[in-house]
Amino acid sequence: MVEQVTSKNTSERPGRVLQQDISLAFFRIGMLGFGGGPSSIPLVHSEVVKKYNWMNDDEFGDTLALANTLPGPIGTKMAGYIGYRVAGIWGCLNAILSSVIPTVVGMIVFLGLLQAYKDIPWVQHMSASVVPVVAVMLGVMTWDFIKKSGETLTWKVAILILALAALLIEGLHVHPAFVILGCIAFAFYPLILRRKKA
Amino acid sequence: MIYWHLFLAFFIPSILGYGGGPASIPLVEHEVVGNYEWMSTQEFSEVVAIGNSLPGPIATKMAGYIGYAEGGIVGAIVALFATIAPSLLLMVGMMAVLLKYKDEPEVKNLTKLIRPVIAVLLGFMTIQFAQESVEGIGIGYTLFLIVASYVLLEKIKMHPAFVIGLALVFGAVTGLF
Repeated sequence: MVEQVTSKNTSERPGRVLQQDISLAFFRIGMLGFGGGPSSIPLVHSEVVKKYNWMNDDEFGDTLALANTLPGPIGTKMAGYIGYRVAGIWGCLNAILSSVIPTVVGMIVFLGLLQAYKDIPWVQHMSASVVPVVAVMLGVMTWDFIKKSGETLTWKVAILILALAALLIEGLHVHPAFVILGCIAFAFYPLILRRKKA
Repeated sequence: MIYWHLFLAFFIPSILGYGGGPASIPLVEHEVVGNYEWMSTQEFSEVVAIGNSLPGPIATKMAGYIGYAEGGIVGAIVALFATIAPSLLLMVGMMAVLLKYKDEPEVKNLTKLIRPVIAVLLGFMTIQFAQESVEGIGIGYTLFLIVASYVLLEKIKMHPAFVIGLALVFGAVTGLF
């Protein structure tokens, strides 16, 4: 099914046109998705499933579930994987570059300007005024993560892990990497036990 | 050496940040501000602010900019590679294996268990940014901007890019007089 859809598309569209489609699709996703990768998932769906038929809904669902299971940024994981499925390694690179390059260039231009004029007092005050706004955005994100933790783990377990993580990271200054690795080990422990028995 | 450090600084958040790019913000901050001291908290908050105002994936915007600031074009490529490649290679290379295991309860528990840890990291980062702001522009402006941006973002649901824009204008005007 998958192979059919992809090969049909590839044979109808010469390679260059297909690469152009990939470029355009992921450029649009990159330019229209505000709020980072996770909030651009619906845009990916509308380009990949509805507009270009590169995948059906089930395949898209599987891809998304898998991308969510793995660590790292979700937007580029989706772009790279879908690009790879549709047009091999060049499709993968194409999709990633199209979604990443335009906004990275935007960052360098904006922040470069800010850096260039940072010694002028009112520019200094201007960029300092952004700090509390970012604090609010992070605070809202924190609360989203806490709420979601409570809903998925029950509040008792969630508060226990929250307290433990806070103690380890801020109290004992353990690197967050070790705390997360500990969580991974803890999560997989039952699976390893089961494999051993089987 | 800088390239190796850039690689590490973005590789670690990308293999440990469960929950997409936004979840890796505090992990990146830990490396960039805390560990390697490439940026101050305020500089990093500018990166997050502009990153939130521009479209596109947030983790790669941070990696691209910080990589560029520390190591030029090559630095940007190294940081982007470290951010994107590990999890993408896992996904492309192990799709079949992963699909088999994706419904195992342990795999599903993974994201759930790591979420509170990310929440703690984000929470402390919030406090740190608020403190930084009080030191920078004083308690009065800080409180006003926190309340105002909270209302605009969460109650009126104004687009983050506009809220950042308004804060910039407010800061520039109050800085002039």
